[in-house]
Amino acid sequence: MRFDLPNGSSVQALKDVSLHLKEGELMSVLGPSGCGKTTLLNIVAGFLAPTEGQIVMNGHRVTGPDAERGMVFQQGALFEWMSVRENVGFGPRMKGMARAETKQIVDHLLDVVGLQDFKEKAVYELSGGMQQRVALARCLANDPDVILMDEPLGALDALTREKMQSLVLALWKETGKTIILITHSVEEALLLGERLIVMAPRPGRIHQEYRLPFADLGVGADLREVKKHPDYRVRREEILNMIWNMEEEIMGRTEAAS
Amino acid sequence: MTSVVPFVIYVGIFVGSYLVVSRIVRHVTRTDFTALKTVTFGDESAVVSDRVASVISVLTLFLLWGMFTGSALVPSFLHAPGPYLGDGRFDYVVESADGARDSASVLWRVEPVDGEVQVPEVEPGEGAAKNDTLTIREYRSGQLAWDRNDEFSRKDGARIVEIDGQKVDFDPQRRGEGDGPAQVKPVVRVPNATVTLSDKGALIITPYQGWQMEPIWLPPPEDVARRFVEIARQGYRGSTLAEHVGYSLMRVIVGFFFGALVGIPLGYAMGLSNWFRGWFDPIVEFMRPVPPLALIPLVIIWAGIGETGKIVLLFLAALWIMAIAARSGVSGVRISKVHAAYSLGASKGQIMRFVIVPNSLPEIFTGARVAMGVCWGTVVAAELVAAEKGVGMMIMVASKFQNTDIVIMGIVLIGIIGFGIDMLMRWAERVLVPWKGRG
Repeated sequence: MRFDLPNGSSVQALKDVSLHLKEGELMSVLGPSGCGKTTLLNIVAGFLAPTEGQIVMNGHRVTGPDAERGMVFQQGALFEWMSVRENVGFGPRMKGMARAETKQIVDHLLDVVGLQDFKEKAVYELSGGMQQRVALARCLANDPDVILMDEPLGALDALTREKMQSLVLALWKETGKTIILITHSVEEALLLGERLIVMAPRPGRIHQEYRLPFADLGVGADLREVKKHPDYRVRREEILNMIWNMEEEIMGRTEAAS
Repeated sequence: MTSVVPFVIYVGIFVGSYLVVSRIVRHVTRTDFTALKTVTFGDESAVVSDRVASVISVLTLFLLWGMFTGSALVPSFLHAPGPYLGDGRFDYVVESADGARDSASVLWRVEPVDGEVQVPEVEPGEGAAKNDTLTIREYRSGQLAWDRNDEFSRKDGARIVEIDGQKVDFDPQRRGEGDGPAQVKPVVRVPNATVTLSDKGALIITPYQGWQMEPIWLPPPEDVARRFVEIARQGYRGSTLAEHVGYSLMRVIVGFFFGALVGIPLGYAMGLSNWFRGWFDPIVEFMRPVPPLALIPLVIIWAGIGETGKIVLLFLAALWIMAIAARSGVSGVRISKVHAAYSLGASKGQIMRFVIVPNSLPEIFTGARVAMGVCWGTVVAAELVAAEKGVGMMIMVASKFQNTDIVIMGIVLIGIIGFGIDMLMRWAERVLVPWKGRG
């Protein structure tokens, strides 16, 4: 993936990124800022066309956004002119699903994400954590094959974030969806990644790949217990160091350039 | 100097009422959360409009208005001194060309503006100069040809040498010969009036004018209210008040409606298509800074002074505002909302209907509020220039006949209607787009 800039130069945002996801996999993508995480996700979602290579899903090439790939954004992607119920029912409604059926799906999902008392509220009346629950439910209501999450918990406070991490794990296990989650939090990447990809910047590329047990351990369990796992601390330190060094390298390079 | 007096009174009431209200009332009522804030200076949210101040402010305006117009609504002891009404008398001495002198007196009377004039009668008196009388209307001054009943005549060189016991040097025969004492017109104060001489030596009597405004400059509030009732009942210039207001409002609403009807789709197109944006950008960006008032002459040339011209003008006033509002409404859509809708399976038409249009509504409402305000101002101005009906035409015609009360009534009416339109738009905005500013 190369972006041509107006001044004639170009930025190699991604280079030689090759991934294969199995159905039902939970993969988290971690990396320092500017390593092309969001670009990667936008290409997978179909919002950007890659300059080289291709995305293949369910046997066909991805050329644009589609209901088979649901997306959860960091914040502000809910429709504030609709109630919680209308937001969650948006996807089925666009498909022309019958009202009764839509209502059933929406009621069920809002119960699952714990918003049973807020179904008729306007979304701007909800707190940030509740809004992200609505966003999750809205994505699930459309029954996509893959869920793409672009730092979905990034704007939440630390306590709400932990609760939401458990919710994401629970939903993953319950629905068996394939999930790609982008984050800049090492802890979140460890807890919410069966597979963890650490990316490196300039050009954006896959630096290291891990297979981790914590996501499975965390399902239905207290995430604070998972964090006490002996491997968890080792992995965390290792990845933190890795990213630390990358950042150092970037800083050093910019200093040398200036 | 007297024009400073109302201002001084106004400032006095401002300061005085603040001191009174803050000393007496505030200690009792300040119990809300703001009262606990220690930092209030610089904290804009701690500044709340004081309702008491608003009420006193409006009352003060009416009080000053009443005081300086002698209104019956304000108790008379608060009235500013009015013009002198009644009689006065002073003596003067005439000297003929051959040096003969005689004295006579002037009886002058000030009559109210309306009412019959009664000329007072006096004894002619003895001697060559006879006593004179003069009737003066309120707020006016009077000129007296004192020699018309005398044996002396100004043509023969007779002139006044003394007014009310004060020596007068002015000699009309020697007018324009240097600047000695004979060229300086005297200003003599007599009880309740000032007396001077005209170029030709006649007496000019200016009774005490007082501090009140003459109704032709500023009528008292009750006159304006009376006019309102009168015009509401009987109409003005062949149309009732409701017709005048109705025509103005109809022009605004029709003009705005067509402006929005064309402007909003135009704005959407400019927000969604490169070609439309490129094609209309120069036109819209050029027309936006042209004040609609500057188009009045051209619109009159093209469409005449009838309804068509006015509606075209208001259409043009609303069009650019609405187009720009709709365009910025579209460009204000967060891309994540559009992305989210696409990945939920929405088609282009559905994106338009369920995302772009509702997302741009707050901007469009803001634009509509601005456009309605501009249209209302423009319609009044257009009616001032030429119209057969309308509030602007009403005040313009009234001003030509010096019906100041109608002019003031019209201005107040225009203000109230403009304010009402804005309140209505705000209310509609609250009801129809409650999510405004909360995305």
